[in-house]
Amino acid sequence: MTDLRIGFIPLADATALLIAVDKGFCVAEGLEVELVREVSWSNIRDKLNIGLFDAAHLIAPVAIASSLGLGHVKVPIVAPFGLGVNGNAITVSPALHAAIAEAASGELADPMVTARALARVVGARKQRGAEPLTFGMTFPFSTHNYQLRFWMAAGGVDPDEDVRLVVLPPPYMVESLQNKHVDGFCVGAPWNSVAVDLGIGRILHFGSEILTHAAEKYLGLRQRWAEQHPDVVNRLIRALRRAAAFVEREENRDEVAALLAAPNRIGVDRAVIRRTLEGKLKVAADGAVRTDPNYLVVGRNAAARPDRRQAAWLYAQMVRWGQAPLSAEMLRTAKEVCRPDLYDATLIEKDPSGDLPADGIGAFAGPAFDPDDIEAHLQAWTIRRA
Amino acid sequence: MDASLKIVIVDENPIRAAILQDGLKEAGHINVTRIEDTTGLLARIYAIDPDVILIDLENPSRDVLEQMFQVSRAVKRPVAMFVDQSDTASIQASVDAGVSAYIVGNLQKDRIKTIMDLCISRFNAFARLRDELERAKSALEDRKVIDRAKGILMKAKNLTEEDAYALLRKTAMNENKKIADVAQSVITAAELFK
Repeated sequence: MTDLRIGFIPLADATALLIAVDKGFCVAEGLEVELVREVSWSNIRDKLNIGLFDAAHLIAPVAIASSLGLGHVKVPIVAPFGLGVNGNAITVSPALHAAIAEAASGELADPMVTARALARVVGARKQRGAEPLTFGMTFPFSTHNYQLRFWMAAGGVDPDEDVRLVVLPPPYMVESLQNKHVDGFCVGAPWNSVAVDLGIGRILHFGSEILTHAAEKYLGLRQRWAEQHPDVVNRLIRALRRAAAFVEREENRDEVAALLAAPNRIGVDRAVIRRTLEGKLKVAADGAVRTDPNYLVVGRNAAARPDRRQAAWLYAQMVRWGQAPLSAEMLRTAKEVCRPDLYDATLIEKDPSGDLPADGIGAFAGPAFDPDDIEAHLQAWTIRRA
Repeated sequence: MDASLKIVIVDENPIRAAILQDGLKEAGHINVTRIEDTTGLLARIYAIDPDVILIDLENPSRDVLEQMFQVSRAVKRPVAMFVDQSDTASIQASVDAGVSAYIVGNLQKDRIKTIMDLCISRFNAFARLRDELERAKSALEDRKVIDRAKGILMKAKNLTEEDAYALLRKTAMNENKKIADVAQSVITAAELFK
């Protein structure tokens, strides 16, 4: 048996990792895994970087930022497995929802309609001298940050000038919305549902409506450690692939939800977890439900095989919002965080090819994304820092 | 010495924060502010404008502090964590102890090192204190359980207190278990037979 310590944050997209351990897929590969539940992405990153963790449930942009040395120590990270695609949602207070609905010309399900309506709301507030709207997100280097920014900027809202974006730990999001410290937020499951159930928030958009296919969490490993332990890496990915396939089978959903509901795992109601995995979310207190099978994708649709186009898109957002300079070398480093070669080396039967958007991203606005031409992506937008 | 240095402690555990604050005061740092409730954390930190921020690693608000690294109009000064990023040993020591530091501005490395060493030793001391408390508590629990089991055995088998204890001990040794565990089994069994 090989002992491994793996850190995770209690979120629905840790599912494949948790099931790999709890259903014995890891033990079957000779891996004795100790799962360590963490409270912050900073902790996960630091403990992975200094070797207290062998692997970690890592928010995709953090793996890239760490490899690029942005905001913190430079430690090259590799991602041989995608733990989740999509899974976030934008939730707003009932008051902001009403304001957006009133300012909207078109269907509220259309992110362009809501983004333009938000721009009108923001403009009106500015005119009457009201405080700017505040939105919560989970980390400076996070998909939540980039999805919020991408959405509002497409409608003409400058996320740095017209509103305030603040980092909030996911467990504090709901309370902050209730206390009116924020007017909305972008966060992963189950926190959007929690706000809806309490009647203090309405889900405006699923992340999958902003970007059809967005890498959310990776299994992150230190590059050096991965190079030193190729066999362990191989076995770990095999276990995760089997777990991801298990999770996606309809008949296993009840068992999966029950395992994840345990207090030392995700620790929320199993019904909420089930609805999350099925992509069936209550979006308003009146019980309205929105369904999107791609709300959170764990093992289907090529979600588990890391896609370098996704890493390039995330790097492009770092450049767009002034977190990173644009350089060919950094782009290459960002892409090489994703290691589909290590995924393929597990030699399990090939996944059915996914039904992906042509550019691998499927953003609701702007031209198709070219992972080799970040400059063109930036030029497509007027609101940007670079 | 560093009386002018402004230090903020972000810790939801008031006892540990107090222990840390005392330690810092003894070392001459009088300008120490404790934040226990992390609502509106960034705004409060900007208002205090500290040179050093110490935060408990079990506090989810660490991610909030990370925002200070970002270039935005709200930021007053750049922030760096762990003055010398190449010093893995001290990073590890602080993570092990459960404390993390954010340094605002250009403080000298040795000044920070002294503060960090102090924090690490205080955090470790607090952890030891908590462990001892836990052990004392569980020892007390064990004794209660053993006393109850002794009582049951004395009554059921007509033993003296001394013999009842000897029986528990012998069984524990034979089965390679803790006396308290055997005692608990006796109690459970007795409840079943009631």
